[in-house]
Amino acid sequence: MNIRLRINGKWITFTVKPDEFLLDTLRNNQIISVKKGCDGSTCGSCTILLNNQPVLACSLLSVRADESTILTVEGHAEEVEKIAVAFGKEGADQCGFCNPGMALMIIALKQSHKNPTDDEIKHYMVGNLCRCSGYQAQFKAIKRYLEERL
Amino acid sequence: MKVVNQKIPSIDGKGIMQGKRAFTDDYSEPGSLIVKVLRSPHAFAKITDIDVTQAEALDGVKLVLTHKNVPRKAFTRAGQGYPEPSPHDKFVLDEYVRYVGDEVACVAAIDEETALKACALIDVTYAVLDPVLDFETAYEHHTVIHPETDIHEMFPIGFEPQKNQAASYHMEVGDTEKVLHDSDVVIKHSFYTQAQAHAMMEPHTVNARIDIHGRLVLYAATQTPFHVRRIISQALDVPIQKIRVIKPRVGGGFGGKQGLHGEMLVSLVTLRTGMPAKMVFTRQEVFESSYTRHPMRIDMAIGAQKNGRINAIDCHILSDTGAYGEHALTVFMVAGSKVLPLYNKVDAVRFHGQVVYTNKVSAGAYRGYGAIQGNFALESMIDMLAKKLNLDPIQLREQNMILEGESSPIFEIMGEGTEGTAMNMETCKLPECISRGKTLINWDAIYPYKEIGNDKIKSVGMAIAMQGSGIPYIDMGAATIKLNDAGFYNLTIGATDIGQGSDTILAQIAAETLMTTIDKVIVYSSDTDLTPFDVGAYASSTTYVTGNAVYKCALAMIERMYAAAAKALKVHVDTIDFDGETFTSTDKSHISLVDLSNRITYSEDQEQLTTTSSYYGIKSPPPFMAGFVEIDVDKETGEVDIVHYVSVVDCGVTINPLMARGQVEGAIVQGLGMAMFEEVKYSSKGKMISNDFLSYKIPTCLDVQKMTTEFIDSYEKSGPFGAKSVGEIGIDTPPAALANAISNALNIRINTLPITKEKIIMTLFEKNKKGDHHDEKQ
Ligand code: FES
Ligand code: FES
Repeated sequence: MNIRLRINGKWITFTVKPDEFLLDTLRNNQIISVKKGCDGSTCGSCTILLNNQPVLACSLLSVRADESTILTVEGHAEEVEKIAVAFGKEGADQCGFCNPGMALMIIALKQSHKNPTDDEIKHYMVGNLCRCSGYQAQFKAIKRYLEERL
Repeated sequence: MKVVNQKIPSIDGKGIMQGKRAFTDDYSEPGSLIVKVLRSPHAFAKITDIDVTQAEALDGVKLVLTHKNVPRKAFTRAGQGYPEPSPHDKFVLDEYVRYVGDEVACVAAIDEETALKACALIDVTYAVLDPVLDFETAYEHHTVIHPETDIHEMFPIGFEPQKNQAASYHMEVGDTEKVLHDSDVVIKHSFYTQAQAHAMMEPHTVNARIDIHGRLVLYAATQTPFHVRRIISQALDVPIQKIRVIKPRVGGGFGGKQGLHGEMLVSLVTLRTGMPAKMVFTRQEVFESSYTRHPMRIDMAIGAQKNGRINAIDCHILSDTGAYGEHALTVFMVAGSKVLPLYNKVDAVRFHGQVVYTNKVSAGAYRGYGAIQGNFALESMIDMLAKKLNLDPIQLREQNMILEGESSPIFEIMGEGTEGTAMNMETCKLPECISRGKTLINWDAIYPYKEIGNDKIKSVGMAIAMQGSGIPYIDMGAATIKLNDAGFYNLTIGATDIGQGSDTILAQIAAETLMTTIDKVIVYSSDTDLTPFDVGAYASSTTYVTGNAVYKCALAMIERMYAAAAKALKVHVDTIDFDGETFTSTDKSHISLVDLSNRITYSEDQEQLTTTSSYYGIKSPPPFMAGFVEIDVDKETGEVDIVHYVSVVDCGVTINPLMARGQVEGAIVQGLGMAMFEEVKYSSKGKMISNDFLSYKIPTCLDVQKMTTEFIDSYEKSGPFGAKSVGEIGIDTPPAALANAISNALNIRINTLPITKEKIIMTLFEKNKKGDHHDEKQ
């Protein structure tokens, strides 16, 4: 069946199977910034913004997303660039596999929280697993980005 | 220094965050065949019949592979030195399946759905065999896990498959039994370390195609592209010049990608069908069918004088390599060779034991590689000895530990699978690491513990550790630098960036040496066709080994540029000075690097300046560290909060302090996961039950409240710009530091990892039942 998604500002029509997950639809159509870390809604690598809300693309059937607006890191270039700078300054990026998903989560955090406390930041980000960094530098980078010390 | 030892952001972090094409699967060709593996439901079985007719008949299926139609030549998947110290005990596909998740057959089809459907249509008849699941009963078990006769070792490693023994080893300095006997006190304890999952975020991934020259080209998420090329060539009988392995960005490895996983089958599919093919492990496959850390039982005895002098250490280890013997001998040996030299003033030391097969997923390389297991035992024992002797545990360490200028006979005796290399500690800042760490954790105010109310106790614990910097005389790294017009450089290296940042720090070393900025050094790494050789990312070798190669290579380039400048200026080369931008002669004539490079590229005396250098270590200078943990533990629930972890590290000069800190902190958190809760678990039938991120929890950002990481001033003369390695050292201290902190808080000793709250409560309960309120259970 066909679905229509507005991805990073552009309407695109996809032919999908009824049991196909949005993550596969995106990756199979070369939207590769969205990563597959666990295929089980447990790692956060596949985070996208669906109608401006963070959603795990691996847990959403593509047909359920029909007519939705999707943003990936490409669609938030300016903010992502700032987050990348903050990560770079703190040495928060290692393999980077978790980073596109994390960047979108950070953008969602900024949109939903005015001045988040340390605790709020951590609880908001808890679903985005990272096996490389030990989280400390990432946490500092998130704060740097939120405080616009770039 | 302008570039080295500077906090420079990684050269590719931004592009990766922006979602640019970077990782292996991003490079798979659209329309690739999807390769899926039918995996064993049994822990041990012989395939007596396998019928693939229905699977082959399914529309969209292009190839079905079973043990009947693949080459049969024993190999090891371990990517390590060659000849390999791991037994050649693996086949592309075999008639035996040796763990739940082992490969039975392989299907390549036009899409995932078809491939999975075809796997389900393969009709397999198994003769189910009695598995060996308890590694302590594996040796000479009536079940022989590798009964086949066409497997072998490449040199003597103690391989006795008929006894389920993958490897064994024995070494002794002095007469350990006698020295123990003559000591004032002897303590003896056994420790158990668990299987830990690597849980890197990017699953094992590989894709293949045939290029216009008819060659097999792989993109692989691997730590060892050159070993992958060699092993595929040997096992599949494909001429090695027909294979190219490219490693793009890798989403974490930690040792888990220091071996072949999908590479062999995907290569075979593409070779047979001529079509591009790809495989991405599911998370379940990453857990069930890749590698874990080697579980071990470590029996240790220490003999000491009442004044705290340690006379002898005796260490016996039984290690569980699972179904296949990847890194079996070497991981086990590192548990001695990178642990026991910490206390080098002993009169006798013995290290011996064996590595056995079991019907569980194969163990493999994993950051720390034996050192974390051995360190947990030894550094727990030191605190236990201190308690027994009524001495301060830190003073006891300071009294006995290895110091700068000293050595240990172990370095010469024990290498990785072979003999080692004698060396003195040119740099060892353990005393400074300890004293700084003590201050940072506020040791004197907290040690041994403080009641903080609400049934909670605050305490501190610590451990020291050492690692290595590559494997001397084995690990080789090479670099090529090319000068381009307009005066910028290409640096190509075989070294494998798997997220640790080696591309960046090697570019820093090149830029510093060439007196330029990092944007003028364009890095390309890990392509078996285009880059020089490198053994790969393992054994904490890249900064030290490849870093030295890059440094040499850059010096050679400068020399070539001087010669070209002398020609251009028509002066003697000795009169020239170069500041990174301009060559100036004593007669004031000068030429800029931009002009010089344009000149030799386009107009006069044209030549391409390229230099290649390689390096192998003649020693392996250990980084050292002291790790301190502050915990709050709840006496009623056993709940432990990691309040603060302090790491003070001597890794020589940090090429990039930001990235070095990232290496240490990432490793500390992985080590804490192992210390506190991570554990690969099996059902009584041998099926892994911790096979996703719900059943196998890894640390989240909530698990550590605060970390302080510092680097002690240290300069290792043999390292590039004074550097030693830093990739693994961080993982070693958390298990023992935590066990020691819990002992300080609750007067209980837990010798079996992970130290869960349930274990803490049970141990407290047992202790209280015995009414034993004072003495730690020794
Ligand atoms: S891939 Fe979606 S949460 Fe892991
Ligand atoms: S940087 Fe590797 S998983 Fe986060």
